[in-house]
Parts: sequence; structure tokens; C-alpha cells
Amino acid sequence: MSYRSHADLGGQDGYGRVIPEPDEELFHATWQRQAFALTLAMGATGAWNLDTSRSARETLPDYRSLSYYEIWLKALEKLVLERGLVSVDELAAGRMLHPARPGLAVLRATDVPALLAKGSPTLRPATAPARFAVGEQVRLRAAAPAQHTRLPGYARGKTGRIEQMRGVHVFADTHAQGLGEQPRWLYTVVFTGAELWGDASTCGQSVSIDAWEPYLERLS
Amino acid sequence: MSARSDLGVDFGNFSQLFNSLESHTGFLPARSTVAGDDSGGELQLWNNVSMSDVTHDHHSDEEHSELTQVDLRVRALRTVLEQKGYIDSAALDVLIDTYETKIGPRNGARVVARAWVDSAFRNWLLEDATAAIASLGYAGRQGEHMVAVENTESRHNLVVCTLCSCYPWPVLGLPPTWYKSAPYRARAVKDPRGVLAEFGVTLPDSTEIRVWDSTAEVRYLVIPRRPAGTESLAEAQLAELVTRDSMIGTGLPKAPDGV
Repeated sequence: MSYRSHADLGGQDGYGRVIPEPDEELFHATWQRQAFALTLAMGATGAWNLDTSRSARETLPDYRSLSYYEIWLKALEKLVLERGLVSVDELAAGRMLHPARPGLAVLRATDVPALLAKGSPTLRPATAPARFAVGEQVRLRAAAPAQHTRLPGYARGKTGRIEQMRGVHVFADTHAQGLGEQPRWLYTVVFTGAELWGDASTCGQSVSIDAWEPYLERLS
Repeated sequence: MSARSDLGVDFGNFSQLFNSLESHTGFLPARSTVAGDDSGGELQLWNNVSMSDVTHDHHSDEEHSELTQVDLRVRALRTVLEQKGYIDSAALDVLIDTYETKIGPRNGARVVARAWVDSAFRNWLLEDATAAIASLGYAGRQGEHMVAVENTESRHNLVVCTLCSCYPWPVLGLPPTWYKSAPYRARAVKDPRGVLAEFGVTLPDSTEIRVWDSTAEVRYLVIPRRPAGTESLAEAQLAELVTRDSMIGTGLPKAPDGV
């Protein structure tokens, strides 16, 4: 089955102006607060991880016609259904009709500050030497992977320079699929505007991404 | 830009519309032609307003019913999750309150002001932002691995997440809608000067623009340049000059006489 992300927007044309909203409120409706808090609280149960959650959002077929918190809401519904935590008939009825799945860690109000303060660091000890070094030119993998990835489309097949090493981090591509953390070296790779966008680009622009080692190929 | 936009769609009304519609409309391609647009040009819409909301006569009824629908969906989900014992409703309240009242861009402003007055702190921030920021009490979720990038005369930094909405929560709070919107995510990497112009920021051609796309778990904080004429200001006064947008890179700090 092919994987399609609808969230990979970098460099796409046709979206028009950015409209900043003066003195914007954090949430524009009560349900948005709820969608936000439910997503964080369910994330804390350990039934899935952040990368799974991103994958659930970006694969919603109607992603681009939904507002931000509608995307969160729909992805949360999808995850609780997929994990068998909730059934379709229960969502329709708006009440519990089947027994709960035992064993989930429930986030208590008193634990929220500590949970947020701790976060979910992704840095892991290195178990293998880095294959690439700062200053090296590398090419980003051209092929679109058949699963969740954090390599944006605009950088695929492009050549950039390794500017920084960020240590070894949980690999989003495997983590999202439930295949474990499989930590990999993470690099900040910088591209010139001309490399990414060709002549359309004015000079004096550069863009960097943070790329895990499996995204990188040595220039031959 | 279309002729219609140049003439100025009534921004106040649109802004209001946008506020009410953000809840249930989304990501439509922004460039659409409005039927009956007598300018013959295109009206550019941003991602949060769908054509159906703009053109339908009974827009307020639709808005009402759609809002109710999404409201009911959230209520149903929350009720089921609570009845099954997966969530504690008091925890939801604490989560919301934390980001509405406790964690926001004033945190980041204090970090920047400290960097402006204390060169040892600035150096630490550039070397190990996570630790330097934690020393002021800001750490945790969506700020586990911080990197601070400093604007100079020759370089301006701009932060985006083209793939979703990654943003340094402990120092800036939750991101504004425009940061999560399709136009910003699509264009920041390709046309940063054009995006900056929409925020009223014009930089000399000689200033390099560096865009940081937050594609992994590293989160970026821009340290804007300290405004001229602020030599006599205390750290707390300097923090007042530091805007949220100046720490994303879409704005500049306020001038001291603007305080």
C-alpha cells in the first residue's frame, strides 16, 4: 500500500499570502481547547507515540480541507479506533458501550506539570560512529519512502552541506510505524536557495533541515 | 497580488470571519476565483477560509450547524474516553490552563533580554541552548532539544515547520494560526523575503536569510538584534521590546520609544 502525506507543504505554489492575525487568541473555540487537551492526555497514556500521531494526521485524506484542530481531532478519533480503545458505535452514541481496555497510564492533574517539564527527549547514546562529518557535501535520498518520513519533498535528491551534528536521535520513520526507536545520527544540512529552487530564487537565501543519517547519501 | 487585494478587501470583516471560521474550515488552496468578482482578477484567500463560506448566502446558518457538529464530536469523544477511564478531566483543565496562562512568549523574551545584557549567558545560549534556557526555568515538552540562532547585520534567521507545526513551546507557548497555516509552511522556505514583507519586514539585499525547517525534534529560537538606543534599559525593560514574531524571525523587536 502506498503511503501519502498531505502535510508536506514546503515550496508548494498557490497558497497565497500569509495573514497574521493581530492579538490572536490561543484557541478560537472551546472545542479546540478540548481537542488539544484530549490529544495531549491520550498521548500520555502510552498507547502511541508522537511520531505515530503525526503520521495519523498527515495521512488524513481530507487534511487540506480541515482546520488545524480538526486535524488533531480526526487523527485522535482514528488512533483510538485503530487501537481498539473506542468503537465506532461508541463515538456515534457519545457514551461507553463496551468495556475499557485495561493497562493504560492515565494522566492525573497533579502529574501534568512534571510531564510537561520532562517532555520526551529523543537524544540517545551513540552506538555507532557517524558516517558523515561537518562540512561534508551530501545528497538527500531522492525516493519517496513508503511510510512516514521527516525528509521534506523539496529537499529530496538535493545536495547540501552538513553544518552541525545534533547527536543520535530516535528515528521518526521507524518510530512512527511501531518499529522501535532505532536511533540514528541527526545532522543539520543546509542548502542554497539556488540548489532548491533554481533560478527563481534570489541569492542570499539558504534553508536547512534536520536530517537523520538514513536520509543522506555520499556524493560519488 | 491581485488587484482586488491591492484595493483592500475589508480586512476587519475578513479578520472577524476568519476568527469564526477557523474552527471548521481549513486548508483549501488559497488562490480561488470568486464568482462575480467584478475586478476580473483573483481574490486570494488564505487557507482558513473556504469558498463555500464566502460565497454561500446562508453562511451563518452553516457556520452554526458545522460548529455544533464538531462541538458534538469532541463532546462524544471526551465522554467516551472519560467513561472508559482513559482520561482524568481535571488533567485536561490543567493542560489548557498551562498553555493559556503560564507558558508563552514572555518566557522567550526573558531569554533574549538576558542574552542581550549578559555576554556569558549569550555564549552559553549559542553553545547549549537547552541548558541555558533551562537555567531560567523553561524546559520540557517541545523544547527538549533547543538551538538558539542569532541575527546579525549580515544574517537574518527565520523558523518554520513545513511538515506540521513544530515550535518551541517552553519559550514561545503554542504557535499562532499563521505559523501552522499552509501559506506560511509552503512559502517560508521558497520565498522568505516575500513572507517577511507580509509581516512588514524588509531587510537589505545584503542580509542573508537563513530559514530553519524544524524537521526533527530540534526546536529553534531566534535571538533578534538588540535595538539601537537601548543601552540604558534594564533587562526587564528590554524583555518588553522582544515580540513573539521577533523570536520566530517574522518580526523585529520593538523600538525603545514604542514602549
